[in-house]
Amino acid sequence: MIELLASRSLYVLLFALLGIGLYMVIANQNLVKKLIGVSLFQTSIFLFFVAMAYVEGGSSPVVPAEENPGELLIASPLPHVIVLTAIVVGIALTAVGLALVIRIYSEYGTLREDTLREVRADE
Amino acid sequence: MSSVDLLPPLLVVVPIIAAALPIALGLWVDRAGWPVAALTTIGLFAGAVALSSVVYGDGRVIHELGGYPRAYGIELVADQFSTLIVLLVTGVAAGVLAYTRRGGPRGNTFYTAYLLLTGGLLGISLTGDVFNLFVFLEITSIATYALVASGDGPEAAVAALKYLILGTVAASMYLIGVAFVFMATGTLNMIELADAIPAAERPILIRAGLGFMIVGFTVKIAQWPLHTWQPSAYNRAPDGVTPLIAALVSTASAYAFGRLIVTVFEVETLASTPRAAGIVVTIGCVSVLAGTVLAVIQSEIKRMLAYSSVSQFGLVIAAYGVVVAGNSETAFIGAAVHLVGHGLLKAGLFLAAGLIAVSYDARTVDEYAGLAKDRPIAAGAMAVLLLALVGVPPGVGFVGKWYIAVGAVQSELWPVAAVIILSTMLTLAYAARLLEKMYFTPPAPVERPRPPGATATDGGSGVITAAFRGRGSPEDVSAGMLAVVVVAAIGAVALGFAGGQFAELLDPFLTEVFN
Repeated sequence: MIELLASRSLYVLLFALLGIGLYMVIANQNLVKKLIGVSLFQTSIFLFFVAMAYVEGGSSPVVPAEENPGELLIASPLPHVIVLTAIVVGIALTAVGLALVIRIYSEYGTLREDTLREVRADE
Repeated sequence: MSSVDLLPPLLVVVPIIAAALPIALGLWVDRAGWPVAALTTIGLFAGAVALSSVVYGDGRVIHELGGYPRAYGIELVADQFSTLIVLLVTGVAAGVLAYTRRGGPRGNTFYTAYLLLTGGLLGISLTGDVFNLFVFLEITSIATYALVASGDGPEAAVAALKYLILGTVAASMYLIGVAFVFMATGTLNMIELADAIPAAERPILIRAGLGFMIVGFTVKIAQWPLHTWQPSAYNRAPDGVTPLIAALVSTASAYAFGRLIVTVFEVETLASTPRAAGIVVTIGCVSVLAGTVLAVIQSEIKRMLAYSSVSQFGLVIAAYGVVVAGNSETAFIGAAVHLVGHGLLKAGLFLAAGLIAVSYDARTVDEYAGLAKDRPIAAGAMAVLLLALVGVPPGVGFVGKWYIAVGAVQSELWPVAAVIILSTMLTLAYAARLLEKMYFTPPAPVERPRPPGATATDGGSGVITAAFRGRGSPEDVSAGMLAVVVVAAIGAVALGFAGGQFAELLDPFLTEVFN
């Protein structure tokens, strides 16, 4: 078991990061920190894709013109392309989320979820 | 390349590009949004009809984007199942657009979000690539968050933020599932995956991926207990927006889930996966019961209809479970019919609720008292839609439930059949409460004082009760708004007669999937 964890140390690290992100979303009362948790959660998945594409001893997936492609050892390019797209999506989501947080702050004057709940219950 | 091949990419690309126009043209022209949105939507609907005539005539249409073969590239696939959803999306979008011309929300930013949403939904329906599906899910979601947040008051922003956090985590869960499946098979194309998954060396990765995908879609489709974002999002969104997102966003996610089950993971592979069918059936059945019970105890109309969506989508998910457990074609037809029928019914019901809120100023069940006398057409249309939702034949709700129930009985999954009957009775409980208020309860005197001279300007004694209602008045409703609601009610009944045709249209798809 320990041997398995040691040989997959990057995956273990990334899933720990995933858990930390999810914990922040659930347990943190501050709305901005919740969004940071969402970002962390997403980023660990992106890193998971990148880690998956890594080939031991492989070079970056840029094929030189003169070499025979069959003899090259390169990292898989597809996950990298996927992650680029996913990063763009993640940035758009963070932007929308922060815009909503600004609106909530200007209306209620608080960023804390528990205070927000009290303010809304009073109305 | 024939011109038909170009239809799927055009259906996705045109609304997304057109989404930039209302804001760009808005710099020079004030009211640029509506004509752009109307032209695009009419074009999309025409395109969807043309596409469906080809798909139902000659079989499916496949377009490889950029000419890259399926092993590396992304392809768009229009087959019998996805074309049904394309028709629903474009049809409902056109109807809602006709409503918002007068009923609002207006403004160029609304039309931008509206077109972006339509493009994302069509992308979900047509894509043949599991990662591309994630991108379109997120495009749809971002547009939905913006639309929900455009509601009046700060509560809408809170509802939208809650939806954003839950929706993003859900979509990320789906992405983890994609990562696991990609790790095990090395491909992202749905058709390639169907061949690669049974042959995968490490089935444990496939199962983990499936588990993450199920959790992700359970949030996106709003299944109990992960539905909590949905009632407040539907309730706080503007009246013109709720029909759009209630009828389409969860429907497209439910369609995508069904697509994964029948095309990607395939029924046979899933049937041999331990407990997969049981988990899906349980999620669906529990949502059906929890959703209806929660709907019965609501007093606000829009919130009640939102909880009703939780239960109706539970039926679809339970039907998917029956498809896997019993290899049942009938249950799959039921799920497809119920997806389309529920989309149409919910669009009609939320449009009617918005119309009544504008013209009658009524938002809770108690305020609907005496509605039938004052607004006979709106009340009549709402009654027809409610009865169709309960499953009174010949409404379309009956056809879907019937196929699902028959499929469950054929597969000897008696609990599902029992849940369908029980949920029908509970649905009747909240529908009947509303019908009783509308038709048999005299309007209660309202605290508000009657504005002086109201009877004189209205010119008749029959409108006194309407004058009690304060700001709502029939003049705020255009004939177009009323016509859209009536068309939805007629469509709900007409589709009810077309149950056999659904089965015929889906037949080529079914023979491919279930053999």
